[in-house]
Amino acid sequence: AENEPSWETPCTELLVSVSTPGCDGFPSLDSKESYKLSVSKGSMLLSAETVWGALRGLETFSQLVGRDANGTYYINETEIVDFPRFPHRGLLLDTSRHYLPLRAILETLDVMAYNKFNVFHWHIVDDPSFPYESSTFPELSKQGAFNAMTHVYTASDVRTVIEYARLRGIRVIAEFDTPGHTLSWGPGAPGLLTPCYMGKARSGTYGPINPIVNSTYQFVTSLFQEVSTVFPDFFLHLGGDEVDFTCWKSNPEIRAFMTEMGFGEDYKKLESFYIQRLLDIVSSLGKGYIVWQEVFDNDVKLRPDTIVHVWKDNSMQYLKEMANVTRAGYRALLSAPWYLNRISYGQDWIEAYKVEPLSFEGSPEQKALVMGGEACMWGEYVDVTNLTPRLW
Amino acid sequence: RTRGRRPLAARAEPQLFQLQVVIEAGDPGCDRHPHLASSEAYHLTVTEPVAVLKASEVWGALRGLETFSQLVHEDDYGSFLVNESEINDFPRFAHRGVLLDTSRHYLPLKSILTNLDAMAFNKFNVLHWHIVDDQSFPYQSIYFPELSGKGAYSSNLIYTPTDVRLVIEYARLRGIRVIPEFDTPGHTQSWGKGQKHLLTPCYNGGHPTGSFGPVNPVWNTTYDFMTKFFKEISSVFPDEFIHLGGDEVDFSCWKSNPEVKKFMKKQGFGTDYAKLESYYVQNMLDIVSSYNKGQMVWQEVFDHKAQLKPDTVVQVWMANNYAHELSSVTGAGLTAVLSAPWYLDYISYGQDWKKYYSVEPLDFPGSEKQKKLVIGGEACLWGEFVDATNLTPRLWPRASAVGERLWSSSNVTNLQDAYKRLTSHRCRML
Repeated sequence: AENEPSWETPCTELLVSVSTPGCDGFPSLDSKESYKLSVSKGSMLLSAETVWGALRGLETFSQLVGRDANGTYYINETEIVDFPRFPHRGLLLDTSRHYLPLRAILETLDVMAYNKFNVFHWHIVDDPSFPYESSTFPELSKQGAFNAMTHVYTASDVRTVIEYARLRGIRVIAEFDTPGHTLSWGPGAPGLLTPCYMGKARSGTYGPINPIVNSTYQFVTSLFQEVSTVFPDFFLHLGGDEVDFTCWKSNPEIRAFMTEMGFGEDYKKLESFYIQRLLDIVSSLGKGYIVWQEVFDNDVKLRPDTIVHVWKDNSMQYLKEMANVTRAGYRALLSAPWYLNRISYGQDWIEAYKVEPLSFEGSPEQKALVMGGEACMWGEYVDVTNLTPRLW
Repeated sequence: RTRGRRPLAARAEPQLFQLQVVIEAGDPGCDRHPHLASSEAYHLTVTEPVAVLKASEVWGALRGLETFSQLVHEDDYGSFLVNESEINDFPRFAHRGVLLDTSRHYLPLKSILTNLDAMAFNKFNVLHWHIVDDQSFPYQSIYFPELSGKGAYSSNLIYTPTDVRLVIEYARLRGIRVIPEFDTPGHTQSWGKGQKHLLTPCYNGGHPTGSFGPVNPVWNTTYDFMTKFFKEISSVFPDEFIHLGGDEVDFSCWKSNPEVKKFMKKQGFGTDYAKLESYYVQNMLDIVSSYNKGQMVWQEVFDHKAQLKPDTVVQVWMANNYAHELSSVTGAGLTAVLSAPWYLDYISYGQDWKKYYSVEPLDFPGSEKQKKLVIGGEACLWGEFVDATNLTPRLWPRASAVGERLWSSSNVTNLQDAYKRLTSHRCRML
């Protein structure tokens, strides 16, 4: 046998010291996640300002522990002072393109914790299905889920996810994407979506949410009232991406409205009209919001504390977008180079790793507006059978 | 949809009580191993009260049972239903394979067996077991225990003789042949760990560098070793064929070695190392032939003009202009197996199953006689980025597209129709 190191006095205890109470609260964008880890002869100490920092330190501690050939656990003398570079380190899961059973979400939260992620961006509904069981509008999932019995998230399921995440220091930011990406909302909310026209007659198909009727805003207010209570995080993601104007253009009532409002042929103005009202509604509910970049690109009037989510990746243009967003004074999140659903052969982790979120032209103040980023796992080709090996 | 009570009126429905399986040949083959010429045809008649599955050999019955299982569906009340059917079915190609690589990453037995199940669901009938390679040698040899002793990733990441027997029998019961590949002379770094004086020592400036290249073709001991080793392989693996590899041989080490250079001169090979490779391969073909085994080789062996046996099977894998390669191979009167467009380890975003499905193996310039020499194909899942954590979702259901292409008639090409069937088949496989 090789010379075995003589282990020092065995350490049997890791002392964890947290200076600010807060175990019963929720993590937030401002949470401090720094920690200090000290391992020396006979004493192991983990100290952090908040419990969230302690969680990060515990993960690090678990990674430092090794096991030798005899099965003895050991740890090197260590001095670590650690804190995150970015406060928003997120992962997006899409439970609309394919339903993900609770265990898949919980398993993902575990692995997120292993990797010190602290935001679960739940893209919960979209065109293909509406699995979120709403207490205010039960018909939404009843008509809109792939299967209203087996492919839904009950209020209890949602609570489970939120608490499971909280215990791991992970915020849950729900995304109810509108006005586009809402086809599944239609069956359970008649009158909500815009009826498309073929000439003078309805074609039978539907488009984005109808922005010109009051009932839309009543509906949206009620829904977001519920969502604001169900999801405790300060932020909601409101979507706002990829709004296809074709249906709006085909609808005579909408065209009349455009004229009435003096919007001309610029449907971006109509989109902005909807979004601005949505932002006001959500603000009045006491929530902050995150929106996809189109909302910024289309000149919607945003509140100064809006977070813009940069996702379009056509040949590295995203850096320019990051510069534009931050120059306009908004906080930014980066996802464009991290669409992990876009698989390719080989060690593609290298490209993801090489990304430098702040490598755009801008002042230090601008760069300080970058809150972090999110790896996205869109669900078009992903379900529980392949989620974990595709993501990790 | 919820389960409800069956409406009373539905009492007088025809019922299927029995599926009778009849195997017609005098020797049904139940105790034998499947082979290239096995009959996999079957005739299935589903009618009340007894359905009949007739096949010449048990292998056809297996295929028919898979089909029957696909015909059975459930209604909203939980009853099992099957439509009246008359099916006469047989495979277009006799060699329909999946390649698994257990050297780049060890695959636990469970992975391999699960995969054999999936193969059976898709009527695949060949497991091409690329069992060893540069990175590791997990095959535990009886004659040469040091090969895995020193060459496996670790002592528990091996396939014992019992493991190998289990795989072969599990496959046999599903009508799947197991063709092992012991790839030489390249792809053999791991062999050198447990077998000294097998690989070519590389030289630099007149001195051995300490690193090794392909198997050394000039030493007699090489062929003594291979003779003994393949004697074992021939008895362990019952299939008529053994795959000898022969791909991607890097000549640079041979070129650096003084003994090899001397040998080249002696043989009059000049500076054409392809001739040396062929010399080696020919010896290997003779060795394996002497054990009454047929040989499969990768296309380079043919491309480099080795003298092959008339029944050597050439596996075409290089993607560039593979149709031309099929013409050449079959034009030379040799049998071919196609893999080039079916490297499933090359993942990409989106519905790539469509491009695998759209391959037409016989779409190459050649006579009818030549086209008959293409006996089938293999979907390859090389293991550089694959292990038990991701094998199943990476291979399936994409390989199903290849399975249908190899079994079904050449006019079954409609992608929309295939999509519908593929999506329900996938759910069945889950």
